[in-house]
Amino acid sequence: MWRDALLVAGKDLRVEARSRVAVNQVVPFAVLVLVLFAFALGPDRRVLSQATAGLLWVAVLFSAVLAVQRSFALEAADSARDGLRLSGLDPAGIFLGKAGAVAAQLLVLELILAGATVVLYDARLHGALLLVATSLAATAGLAAAGTVYAALAAGLRVRETLLPLLLMPVVAPVLLAATKAWQAGLAGVPSDGERWLEMLCVFAVIYVTLGLVTFGALLEES
Amino acid sequence: MLSGVDLEVSSGEVVLVEGSNGAGKTSLLRACAGLLAVVDGEAEVLGHNLRNDRRSIRGSVGMLGHATFLYDDLSVIENLTFALRAARVPVGAVAPVLDRLGLAGRLASTRVGSLSSGQRRRVALSVLAARAPALWLLDEPHAGLDQSGRDVLDQMVAEAAAAGAAVVVASHEPARASVLAHRRVSMAGGRVLDQAPPGGRALADGGWPALGHLVRERVSVSGSPPGRSHVA
Repeated sequence: MWRDALLVAGKDLRVEARSRVAVNQVVPFAVLVLVLFAFALGPDRRVLSQATAGLLWVAVLFSAVLAVQRSFALEAADSARDGLRLSGLDPAGIFLGKAGAVAAQLLVLELILAGATVVLYDARLHGALLLVATSLAATAGLAAAGTVYAALAAGLRVRETLLPLLLMPVVAPVLLAATKAWQAGLAGVPSDGERWLEMLCVFAVIYVTLGLVTFGALLEES
Repeated sequence: MLSGVDLEVSSGEVVLVEGSNGAGKTSLLRACAGLLAVVDGEAEVLGHNLRNDRRSIRGSVGMLGHATFLYDDLSVIENLTFALRAARVPVGAVAPVLDRLGLAGRLASTRVGSLSSGQRRRVALSVLAARAPALWLLDEPHAGLDQSGRDVLDQMVAEAAAAGAAVVVASHEPARASVLAHRRVSMAGGRVLDQAPPGGRALADGGWPALGHLVRERVSVSGSPPGRSHVA
Protein backbone atom coordinates (compact mmCIF):
# COMPACT_ATOMS: atom_id res chain seq x y z
CA MET A 1 0.00 0.00 0.00
CA TRP A 2 2.75 2.49 0.94
CA ARG A 3 4.70 1.69 -2.20
CA ASP A 4 1.61 2.29 -4.35
CA ALA A 5 0.86 5.49 -2.43
CA LEU A 6 4.33 6.85 -3.12
CA LEU A 7 4.04 5.90 -6.78
CA VAL A 8 0.69 7.66 -7.22
CA ALA A 9 1.75 10.72 -5.20
CA GLY A 10 4.95 10.99 -7.23
CA LYS A 11 2.98 10.78 -10.46
CA ASP A 12 0.44 13.43 -9.38
CA LEU A 13 3.14 15.80 -8.15
CA ARG A 14 5.15 15.33 -11.33
CA VAL A 15 2.07 16.12 -13.41
CA GLU A 16 1.52 19.27 -11.31
CA ALA A 17 5.14 20.27 -11.68
CA ARG A 18 4.81 19.98 -15.46
CA SER A 19 1.39 21.58 -15.86
CA ARG A 20 2.07 24.28 -13.23
CA VAL A 21 -1.67 24.62 -12.58
CA ALA A 22 -1.10 24.94 -8.83
CA VAL A 23 1.65 27.54 -9.24
CA ASN A 24 -0.01 29.57 -11.98
CA GLN A 25 -3.63 29.38 -10.88
CA VAL A 26 -4.29 28.01 -7.39
CA VAL A 27 -1.66 30.06 -5.52
CA PRO A 28 -2.56 33.37 -7.22
CA PHE A 29 -6.25 32.61 -6.57
CA ALA A 30 -5.61 32.03 -2.85
CA VAL A 31 -3.50 35.17 -2.50
CA LEU A 32 -6.17 37.10 -4.39
CA VAL A 33 -8.77 35.92 -1.87
CA LEU A 34 -6.64 37.38 0.95
CA VAL A 35 -6.16 40.64 -0.94
CA LEU A 36 -9.87 41.00 -1.71
CA PHE A 37 -10.79 40.35 1.92
CA ALA A 38 -8.27 43.02 2.90
CA PHE A 39 -10.06 45.46 0.57
CA ALA A 40 -13.45 44.42 1.92
CA LEU A 41 -12.46 44.82 5.58
CA GLY A 42 -10.78 48.19 5.09
CA PRO A 43 -7.41 49.52 6.17
CA ASP A 44 -7.90 48.97 9.92
CA ARG A 45 -4.91 46.75 10.81
CA ARG A 46 -6.53 45.67 14.08
CA VAL A 47 -9.58 44.25 12.29
CA LEU A 48 -7.41 42.55 9.70
CA SER A 49 -5.20 41.08 12.39
CA GLN A 50 -8.24 39.63 14.22
CA ALA A 51 -9.61 38.15 11.01
CA THR A 52 -6.27 36.72 9.84
CA ALA A 53 -6.79 33.10 10.90
CA GLY A 54 -10.30 32.83 9.48
CA LEU A 55 -9.40 34.46 6.19
CA LEU A 56 -6.33 32.27 5.76
CA TRP A 57 -8.32 29.08 6.28
CA VAL A 58 -11.16 30.24 4.01
CA ALA A 59 -8.55 30.77 1.30
CA VAL A 60 -7.07 27.32 2.01
CA LEU A 61 -10.52 25.73 1.89
CA PHE A 62 -11.34 27.25 -1.52
CA SER A 63 -7.94 26.21 -2.80
CA ALA A 64 -8.40 22.68 -1.47
CA VAL A 65 -11.54 22.32 -3.60
CA LEU A 66 -9.57 23.39 -6.66
CA ALA A 67 -6.71 21.03 -5.80
CA VAL A 68 -8.87 17.93 -5.38
CA GLN A 69 -10.86 18.79 -8.51
CA ARG A 70 -7.60 19.04 -10.41
CA SER A 71 -6.39 15.76 -8.89
CA PHE A 72 -9.38 13.91 -10.30
CA ALA A 73 -9.48 15.84 -13.58
CA LEU A 74 -6.12 14.20 -14.33
CA GLU A 75 -7.78 10.81 -14.12
CA ALA A 76 -10.78 11.82 -16.22
CA ALA A 77 -8.69 12.75 -19.27
CA ASP A 78 -8.26 9.90 -21.76
CA SER A 79 -9.96 7.49 -19.33
CA ALA A 80 -6.84 7.43 -17.16
CA ARG A 81 -9.07 6.31 -14.28
CA ASP A 82 -9.71 3.04 -16.14
CA GLY A 83 -5.97 2.74 -16.58
CA LEU A 84 -5.56 3.27 -12.85
CA ARG A 85 -8.15 0.58 -12.12
CA LEU A 86 -6.41 -1.81 -14.54
CA SER A 87 -2.98 -1.03 -13.15
CA GLY A 88 -3.28 -3.48 -10.29
CA LEU A 89 -2.55 -0.76 -7.72
CA ASP A 90 -4.04 -1.14 -4.27
CA PRO A 91 -7.06 1.23 -4.02
CA ALA A 92 -5.99 2.21 -0.50
CA GLY A 93 -2.58 3.10 -1.90
CA ILE A 94 -4.20 5.15 -4.67
CA PHE A 95 -6.24 7.01 -2.04
CA LEU A 96 -3.21 7.73 0.14
CA GLY A 97 -1.16 8.78 -2.88
CA LYS A 98 -3.76 11.18 -4.24
CA ALA A 99 -4.57 12.62 -0.82
CA GLY A 100 -0.85 12.90 -0.06
CA ALA A 101 -0.18 14.82 -3.27
CA VAL A 102 -3.05 17.21 -2.53
CA ALA A 103 -1.80 17.64 1.04
CA ALA A 104 1.73 18.43 -0.13
CA GLN A 105 0.42 21.15 -2.45
CA LEU A 106 -1.80 22.58 0.29
CA LEU A 107 1.06 22.72 2.80
CA VAL A 108 3.19 24.72 0.37
CA LEU A 109 0.20 26.97 -0.27
CA GLU A 110 -0.34 27.50 3.48
CA LEU A 111 3.28 28.51 3.86
CA ILE A 112 2.87 31.10 1.12
CA LEU A 113 -0.43 32.34 2.58
CA ALA A 114 1.08 32.60 6.06
CA GLY A 115 3.76 34.85 4.57
CA ALA A 116 1.08 36.84 2.78
CA THR A 117 -0.82 37.44 6.03
CA VAL A 118 2.34 38.85 7.58
CA VAL A 119 2.69 41.28 4.69
CA LEU A 120 -0.98 42.12 4.09
CA TYR A 121 -2.49 41.83 7.58
CA ASP A 122 0.54 42.55 9.74
CA ALA A 123 0.09 39.16 11.43
CA ARG A 124 2.57 38.02 14.10
CA LEU A 125 3.13 34.29 13.85
CA HIS A 126 3.50 33.37 17.54
CA GLY A 127 3.04 29.80 18.79
CA ALA A 128 4.81 28.30 15.80
CA LEU A 129 4.49 24.73 17.10
CA LEU A 130 0.71 24.98 17.41
CA LEU A 131 0.42 26.70 14.02
CA VAL A 132 2.47 23.98 12.32
CA ALA A 133 0.64 21.12 14.09
CA THR A 134 -2.72 22.69 13.27
CA SER A 135 -1.75 23.13 9.64
CA LEU A 136 -0.62 19.51 9.35
CA ALA A 137 -3.76 18.09 10.96
CA ALA A 138 -6.15 20.39 9.08
CA THR A 139 -4.41 19.69 5.79
CA ALA A 140 -4.59 15.93 6.33
CA GLY A 141 -8.32 16.21 7.03
CA LEU A 142 -9.01 18.48 4.07
CA ALA A 143 -7.00 16.32 1.66
CA ALA A 144 -8.55 13.05 2.89
CA ALA A 145 -12.14 14.33 2.89
CA GLY A 146 -11.60 16.11 -0.42
CA THR A 147 -10.24 12.95 -2.03
CA VAL A 148 -13.14 10.84 -0.76
CA TYR A 149 -15.77 13.28 -2.02
CA ALA A 150 -13.98 13.95 -5.29
CA ALA A 151 -13.96 10.20 -5.97
CA LEU A 152 -17.66 10.12 -5.13
CA ALA A 153 -18.42 12.92 -7.60
CA ALA A 154 -15.89 11.85 -10.24
CA GLY A 155 -18.27 9.85 -12.39
CA LEU A 156 -20.97 12.50 -12.52
CA ARG A 157 -21.38 15.02 -15.32
CA VAL A 158 -21.99 17.80 -12.81
CA ARG A 159 -18.92 16.96 -10.71
CA GLU A 160 -17.34 20.43 -10.99
CA THR A 161 -20.29 22.14 -9.36
CA LEU A 162 -21.37 19.26 -7.14
CA LEU A 163 -18.03 18.77 -5.39
CA PRO A 164 -18.01 22.14 -3.58
CA LEU A 165 -21.62 21.57 -2.50
CA LEU A 166 -20.73 18.16 -1.07
CA LEU A 167 -17.38 19.08 0.40
CA MET A 168 -17.87 22.52 1.96
CA PRO A 169 -20.39 21.48 4.65
CA VAL A 170 -18.33 18.39 5.49
CA VAL A 171 -15.11 20.32 6.05
CA ALA A 172 -16.79 23.19 7.93
CA PRO A 173 -15.50 21.70 11.24
CA VAL A 174 -11.96 21.89 9.85
CA LEU A 175 -12.45 25.56 9.00
CA LEU A 176 -13.79 26.27 12.47
CA ALA A 177 -11.19 24.28 14.41
CA ALA A 178 -8.21 25.42 12.34
CA THR A 179 -9.32 29.04 12.67
CA LYS A 180 -9.73 28.78 16.46
CA ALA A 181 -6.39 27.00 16.88
CA TRP A 182 -4.59 29.55 14.70
CA GLN A 183 -6.25 32.42 16.57
CA ALA A 184 -4.93 30.96 19.83
CA GLY A 185 -1.47 30.58 18.33
CA LEU A 186 -1.40 34.09 16.88
CA ALA A 187 -2.62 35.49 20.20
CA GLY A 188 0.26 33.77 21.98
CA VAL A 189 -1.94 31.45 24.09
CA PRO A 190 -1.35 28.04 22.46
CA SER A 191 -3.04 26.16 25.30
CA ASP A 192 -6.39 27.60 24.11
CA GLY A 193 -5.88 25.93 20.76
CA GLU A 194 -5.06 22.44 21.95
CA ARG A 195 -8.62 21.12 22.09
CA TRP A 196 -9.22 22.46 18.57
CA LEU A 197 -6.07 20.68 17.43
CA GLU A 198 -7.39 17.47 18.96
CA MET A 199 -10.62 17.92 17.02
CA LEU A 200 -8.66 18.36 13.79
CA CYS A 201 -6.70 15.17 14.52
CA VAL A 202 -9.92 13.23 15.11
CA PHE A 203 -11.39 14.58 11.86
CA ALA A 204 -8.24 13.61 9.94
CA VAL A 205 -8.18 10.10 11.41
CA ILE A 206 -11.87 9.58 10.58
CA TYR A 207 -11.51 10.66 6.95
CA VAL A 208 -8.22 8.89 6.33
CA THR A 209 -9.78 5.69 7.67
CA LEU A 210 -12.95 6.24 5.66
CA GLY A 211 -10.88 6.79 2.53
CA LEU A 212 -8.76 3.68 3.09
CA VAL A 213 -11.88 1.56 3.54
CA THR A 214 -14.17 3.00 0.86
CA PHE A 215 -11.91 4.25 -1.91
CA GLY A 216 -11.87 0.93 -3.77
CA ALA A 217 -15.67 0.92 -4.00
CA LEU A 218 -15.75 4.62 -4.92
CA LEU A 219 -13.25 4.04 -7.70
CA GLU A 220 -15.38 1.21 -9.07
CA GLU A 221 -18.61 3.18 -9.01
CA SER A 222 -17.26 6.47 -10.35
CA MET B 1 -25.30 -4.48 -21.83
CA LEU B 2 -24.48 -8.06 -22.73
CA SER B 3 -26.92 -10.91 -22.71
CA GLY B 4 -26.56 -14.49 -23.82
CA VAL B 5 -22.80 -14.33 -24.39
CA ASP B 6 -21.15 -17.73 -24.40
CA LEU B 7 -17.47 -17.58 -25.16
CA GLU B 8 -14.35 -19.46 -24.18
CA VAL B 9 -10.86 -18.31 -25.07
CA SER B 10 -7.85 -20.52 -24.46
CA SER B 11 -4.36 -19.48 -23.63
CA GLY B 12 -2.37 -18.92 -26.81
CA GLU B 13 -5.52 -18.25 -28.81
CA VAL B 14 -6.40 -15.10 -30.73
CA VAL B 15 -10.14 -14.50 -31.03
CA LEU B 16 -11.56 -11.85 -33.32
CA VAL B 17 -14.85 -10.34 -32.15
CA GLU B 18 -16.86 -8.79 -34.96
CA GLY B 19 -20.06 -6.84 -34.98
CA SER B 20 -21.60 -3.53 -35.89
CA ASN B 21 -21.61 -0.49 -33.64
CA GLY B 22 -23.46 -1.25 -30.42
CA ALA B 23 -23.09 -5.01 -30.85
CA GLY B 24 -21.48 -5.28 -27.42
CA LYS B 25 -17.84 -5.83 -28.41
CA THR B 26 -16.43 -3.11 -26.17
CA SER B 27 -18.71 -4.13 -23.29
CA LEU B 28 -17.48 -7.71 -23.62
CA LEU B 29 -13.86 -6.57 -23.46
CA ARG B 30 -14.55 -4.29 -20.48
CA ALA B 31 -16.34 -7.12 -18.69
CA CYS B 32 -13.36 -9.41 -19.31
CA ALA B 33 -11.09 -6.69 -17.86
CA GLY B 34 -13.26 -6.46 -14.75
CA LEU B 35 -14.32 -2.92 -15.59
CA LEU B 36 -18.00 -3.85 -15.95
CA ALA B 37 -19.93 -5.69 -13.30
CA VAL B 38 -21.21 -9.14 -14.21
CA VAL B 39 -24.60 -9.43 -12.58
CA ASP B 40 -25.82 -12.79 -13.84
CA GLY B 41 -24.51 -15.96 -15.45
CA GLU B 42 -20.91 -17.11 -15.15
CA ALA B 43 -17.77 -15.22 -16.03
CA GLU B 44 -14.34 -16.57 -15.27
CA VAL B 45 -11.15 -14.88 -16.38
CA LEU B 46 -7.73 -16.38 -15.70
CA GLY B 47 -9.21 -18.53 -12.99
CA HIS B 48 -11.00 -15.66 -11.23
CA ASN B 49 -14.76 -15.53 -10.95
CA LEU B 50 -15.75 -12.03 -12.07
CA ARG B 51 -19.04 -12.12 -10.21
CA ASN B 52 -17.25 -12.53 -6.90
CA ASP B 53 -14.11 -10.51 -7.49
CA ARG B 54 -13.39 -8.44 -10.55
CA ARG B 55 -10.37 -6.61 -9.16
CA SER B 56 -7.87 -9.38 -8.70
CA ILE B 57 -7.53 -10.14 -12.42
CA ARG B 58 -6.60 -6.62 -13.41
CA GLY B 59 -2.90 -6.95 -12.86
CA SER B 60 -2.93 -9.82 -15.38
CA VAL B 61 -5.02 -8.06 -18.02
CA GLY B 62 -3.86 -5.51 -20.56
CA MET B 63 -6.28 -3.39 -22.54
CA LEU B 64 -5.80 -1.24 -25.61
CA GLY B 65 -9.03 0.59 -26.25
CA HIS B 66 -10.30 3.80 -27.75
CA ALA B 67 -8.69 5.62 -24.84
CA THR B 68 -4.97 5.28 -24.23
CA PHE B 69 -5.00 5.73 -20.40
CA LEU B 70 -2.02 8.11 -20.68
CA TYR B 71 -1.22 11.34 -18.82
CA ASP B 72 -0.73 14.25 -21.21
CA ASP B 73 1.67 16.14 -18.94
CA LEU B 74 4.05 13.22 -18.50
CA SER B 75 6.60 12.18 -21.09
CA VAL B 76 6.46 8.89 -22.95
CA ILE B 77 9.08 7.33 -20.69
CA GLU B 78 7.40 8.66 -17.53
CA ASN B 79 4.04 7.20 -18.57
CA LEU B 80 5.67 3.86 -19.30
CA THR B 81 7.65 3.84 -16.08
CA PHE B 82 4.55 4.63 -14.02
CA ALA B 83 2.49 1.90 -15.70
CA LEU B 84 5.23 -0.71 -15.31
CA ARG B 85 5.98 0.12 -11.69
CA ALA B 86 2.25 0.00 -10.93
CA ALA B 87 2.11 -3.46 -12.52
CA ARG B 88 5.31 -4.49 -10.69
CA VAL B 89 7.10 -5.15 -13.97
CA PRO B 90 10.84 -4.39 -14.20
CA VAL B 91 11.37 -1.02 -15.87
CA GLY B 92 14.18 -2.56 -17.92
CA ALA B 93 11.49 -3.93 -20.25
CA VAL B 94 10.88 -0.39 -21.56
CA ALA B 95 13.90 0.20 -23.80
CA PRO B 96 13.48 -2.62 -26.33
CA VAL B 97 9.74 -1.96 -26.66
CA LEU B 98 10.28 1.76 -27.24
CA ASP B 99 12.90 0.99 -29.84
CA ARG B 100 10.63 -1.43 -31.64
CA LEU B 101 7.74 1.02 -31.78
CA GLY B 102 9.88 3.92 -32.98
CA LEU B 103 9.55 5.83 -29.71
CA ALA B 104 13.18 5.77 -28.61
CA GLY B 105 15.44 8.83 -28.55
CA ARG B 106 13.91 12.31 -28.50
CA LEU B 107 10.32 11.02 -28.59
CA ALA B 108 10.82 9.13 -25.33
CA SER B 109 11.20 12.38 -23.41
CA THR B 110 8.40 14.18 -25.27
CA ARG B 111 5.18 15.06 -23.44
CA VAL B 112 2.43 12.67 -24.49
CA GLY B 113 0.08 15.64 -24.90
CA SER B 114 2.14 16.91 -27.81
CA LEU B 115 2.17 13.60 -29.68
CA SER B 116 -0.03 12.73 -32.64
CA SER B 117 -2.91 10.34 -32.16
CA GLY B 118 -0.98 7.54 -33.86
CA GLN B 119 2.04 8.10 -31.66
CA ARG B 120 -0.17 8.00 -28.57
CA ARG B 121 -1.51 4.64 -29.74
CA ARG B 122 2.07 3.44 -30.08
CA VAL B 123 2.81 4.55 -26.51
CA ALA B 124 -0.28 2.72 -25.25
CA LEU B 125 0.79 -0.35 -27.21
CA SER B 126 4.27 -0.13 -25.73
CA VAL B 127 2.78 -0.13 -22.21
CA LEU B 128 0.79 -3.23 -23.11
CA ALA B 129 3.73 -5.03 -24.68
CA ALA B 130 6.12 -4.20 -21.85
CA ARG B 131 3.62 -5.44 -19.26
CA ALA B 132 3.18 -8.70 -21.21
CA PRO B 133 -0.16 -9.56 -19.57
CA ALA B 134 -1.70 -13.02 -19.66
CA LEU B 135 -4.80 -11.63 -21.39
CA TRP B 136 -4.69 -8.99 -24.13
CA LEU B 137 -7.94 -7.14 -24.80
CA LEU B 138 -7.69 -5.07 -27.97
CA ASP B 139 -10.52 -2.78 -29.01
CA GLU B 140 -10.03 -1.53 -32.59
CA PRO B 141 -6.28 -1.86 -32.12
CA HIS B 142 -5.37 -0.85 -35.68
CA ALA B 143 -7.28 2.44 -35.54
CA GLY B 144 -5.02 5.46 -35.77
CA LEU B 145 -1.87 3.47 -36.55
CA ASP B 146 0.08 3.84 -39.76
CA GLN B 147 1.12 0.82 -41.83
CA SER B 148 4.35 0.20 -39.94
CA GLY B 149 2.55 0.57 -36.61
CA ARG B 150 -0.07 -1.94 -37.71
CA ASP B 151 2.61 -4.38 -38.78
CA VAL B 152 4.39 -4.09 -35.42
CA LEU B 153 1.07 -4.54 -33.59
CA ASP B 154 0.33 -7.70 -35.57
CA GLN B 155 3.79 -9.08 -34.81
CA MET B 156 3.39 -8.31 -31.11
CA VAL B 157 -0.01 -10.00 -30.97
CA ALA B 158 1.38 -13.07 -32.71
CA GLU B 159 4.35 -13.20 -30.34
CA ALA B 160 2.13 -12.74 -27.28
CA ALA B 161 -0.12 -15.59 -28.39
CA ALA B 162 2.89 -17.77 -29.15
CA ALA B 163 4.15 -17.07 -25.65
CA GLY B 164 0.85 -18.29 -24.21
CA ALA B 165 -1.22 -15.13 -23.81
CA ALA B 166 -4.90 -15.18 -24.69
CA VAL B 167 -5.87 -12.36 -27.06
CA VAL B 168 -9.35 -10.99 -27.75
CA VAL B 169 -9.54 -8.46 -30.60
CA ALA B 170 -12.63 -6.42 -31.38
CA SER B 171 -12.38 -4.90 -34.81
CA HIS B 172 -14.29 -3.29 -37.62
CA GLU B 173 -11.52 -4.31 -39.99
CA PRO B 174 -12.04 -8.07 -40.37
CA ALA B 175 -9.73 -8.25 -43.38
CA ARG B 176 -6.84 -7.00 -41.28
CA ALA B 177 -7.69 -8.61 -37.98
CA SER B 178 -8.79 -12.02 -39.30
CA VAL B 179 -5.22 -12.68 -40.44
CA LEU B 180 -4.28 -12.66 -36.77
CA ALA B 181 -7.17 -14.70 -35.49
CA HIS B 182 -7.64 -18.38 -34.82
CA ARG B 183 -11.34 -17.94 -34.39
CA ARG B 184 -13.98 -15.39 -35.34
CA VAL B 185 -16.90 -14.53 -33.09
CA SER B 186 -19.85 -12.52 -34.37
CA MET B 187 -21.88 -10.38 -32.01
CA ALA B 188 -25.08 -8.37 -32.34
CA GLY B 189 -27.35 -6.83 -29.77
CA GLY B 190 -25.08 -7.87 -26.93
CA ARG B 191 -25.16 -11.56 -27.92
CA VAL B 192 -22.78 -13.96 -29.59
CA LEU B 193 -24.38 -15.07 -32.85
CA ASP B 194 -21.84 -17.60 -34.07
CA GLN B 195 -18.23 -18.67 -33.86
CA ALA B 196 -16.09 -19.97 -36.72
CA PRO B 197 -12.52 -20.09 -37.98
CA PRO B 198 -11.71 -17.04 -40.07
CA GLY B 199 -12.25 -17.62 -43.77
CA GLY B 200 -9.38 -19.21 -45.63
CA ARG B 201 -7.24 -19.88 -42.60
CA ALA B 202 -6.70 -23.11 -40.78
CA LEU B 203 -6.77 -23.03 -37.03
CA ALA B 204 -3.16 -24.06 -36.61
CA ASP B 205 -0.71 -23.26 -39.33
CA GLY B 206 2.13 -20.99 -40.25
CA GLY B 207 3.75 -20.75 -36.84
CA TRP B 208 0.56 -20.20 -34.88
CA PRO B 209 0.12 -22.36 -31.83
CA ALA B 210 -2.47 -25.06 -32.22
CA LEU B 211 -5.48 -24.55 -30.00
CA GLY B 212 -5.02 -26.31 -26.74
CA HIS B 213 -1.28 -26.79 -27.09
CA LEU B 214 -0.42 -23.82 -24.92
CA VAL B 215 -3.38 -23.86 -22.63
CA ARG B 216 -2.38 -22.77 -19.16
CA GLU B 217 -5.46 -20.89 -18.14
CA ARG B 218 -8.85 -20.29 -19.60
CA VAL B 219 -10.73 -17.11 -20.18
CA SER B 220 -14.36 -17.88 -20.34
CA VAL B 221 -17.43 -15.73 -20.39
CA SER B 222 -20.39 -18.04 -20.51
CA GLY B 223 -23.91 -17.20 -19.60
CA SER B 224 -27.53 -17.83 -19.44
CA PRO B 225 -29.88 -18.23 -22.41
CA PRO B 226 -30.43 -15.19 -24.64
CA GLY B 227 -32.73 -12.64 -23.14
CA ARG B 228 -31.29 -12.72 -19.65
CA SER B 229 -28.93 -9.91 -18.80
CA HIS B 230 -25.83 -10.89 -17.01
CA VAL B 231 -23.38 -8.10 -17.69
CA ALA B 232 -24.39 -4.55 -16.99
